[in-house]
Amino acid sequence: MEEITKNIKEMCIEANLRLSEDVKDRLFQAADAEEKPLGKQILEQLKENLCIADAESIPICQDTGMAVVFVRIGQEVHIEGGSLEDAINEGIRQGYTEGYLRKSIVRDPIDRVNTKDNTPGVIHYEIVPGEQLELTVAPKGFGSENMSRIVMLKPADGIEGVKDVILETVKLAGPNACPPVVVGVGIGGTFEKCALLAKKALTRELDSHNEIPYVRELEEEMLSKINALSIGPAGLGGSTTALGVNIEVYPTHIAGLPVAVNICCHVNRHVRRLL
Amino acid sequence: MDKYISTPLTEDKVMDLKAGDYVYLSGTIYTARDAAHKRLYESMLAGKDIPLELKDNIIYYLGPSPAREGQVIGSAGPTTSSRMDKYTPLLLKNGLKGMIGKGKRSVEVIDAMHEYHAVYFAAIGGAGALLSKCIKKAEVIAYDDLGTEAIRRLEVENLPVIVVIDAEKNNMYEQENAVIPANGKDDR
Ligand code: SF4
Repeated sequence: MEEITKNIKEMCIEANLRLSEDVKDRLFQAADAEEKPLGKQILEQLKENLCIADAESIPICQDTGMAVVFVRIGQEVHIEGGSLEDAINEGIRQGYTEGYLRKSIVRDPIDRVNTKDNTPGVIHYEIVPGEQLELTVAPKGFGSENMSRIVMLKPADGIEGVKDVILETVKLAGPNACPPVVVGVGIGGTFEKCALLAKKALTRELDSHNEIPYVRELEEEMLSKINALSIGPAGLGGSTTALGVNIEVYPTHIAGLPVAVNICCHVNRHVRRLL
Repeated sequence: MDKYISTPLTEDKVMDLKAGDYVYLSGTIYTARDAAHKRLYESMLAGKDIPLELKDNIIYYLGPSPAREGQVIGSAGPTTSSRMDKYTPLLLKNGLKGMIGKGKRSVEVIDAMHEYHAVYFAAIGGAGALLSKCIKKAEVIAYDDLGTEAIRRLEVENLPVIVVIDAEKNNMYEQENAVIPANGKDDR
């Protein structure tokens, strides 16, 4: 348990100070490719921001997020010494306190009293074959979370309907979600499964692709269509509106076609460790 | 156009700023976000005093991360402005001249900016480490119990911001991209 706490703590801090290489690469490529002078200037500033954050241990963004934790537990793993949930929340508490990260969590959505230690996190468990424990910490900012949507399409809406939902969501998000954004999409499953797929899609490397050929094509098509919207860096125009689109699909019901679009800003944070 | 502006943000300075101007801002500004706005608004409606002077001042929609030893402030970028829209017209009516945030504003806010002469600046979202370097002093002046949401007085030096909406209702978000809200309501 102590090891889990220690890892979660380090991962919270790490995620908020340094972006993963795949996200960084895309941002750097975008800065080179952007043709609009103001857009280019903003992307250069975002690059500089990453350097300052890394060098001086200042969080990349002041919204250090709600800590989303994915836990994949091998079914042969036996964890000793207390509750896993408590160990994870303790890691979040220590990480956000000792790492000088912002405490953004309120204990109740209506009475809104700050818990002052950024707990609790949102924890998703998955039991898988094997004897390893995989942890992913993905702090999520709410400027972009607030612009996410889930739509229950009809089967007759088909893939064109899905494309419309994705584009419309990015348009609605506009400058609010701190573009350039990363777009995580879930298609299928049930209402909650679909949202979870979209969230998980955001933790997949941006240089990876879905293995299903039509989904891979959809990822590429949507990325270019989104960038053609000209929302641009900070919403002030340009060809860099998204750094990547990741899509996950799951079987669904004969009567349904759920689509969830989880918008994330360029500060798309995720750290993964295998214990 | 690049402009260097110092606070207080007086009427003449406001009227000189145009959507698209890239502004380096220096002087005293204040921070307030959701919870502080709610309190300010409720105090004003109840006719009570508020802990800051609004006249010719600028509010930065910011809830910083904590400062490490030796730092003035932690990461310090803008939060989404639209959540303040409900409260903003009253603040503008009482003399507030500038706001720094990110994202769209409501029609009511834009109308009030026109009526009372104010500007809306965007700072770059997600550049909190970079922006923190322009903040030379930070002091909590009210609502300490709100933690990151307390009202702070900041001394800034050449804080880079962009005029997105000016007092004439020119709106860069509308000029620069073809974002048409799907619900037909431009209130984000
Ligand atoms: S949306 Fe992302 S970049 Fe923007 S303020 Fe929130 S966490 Fe930071």
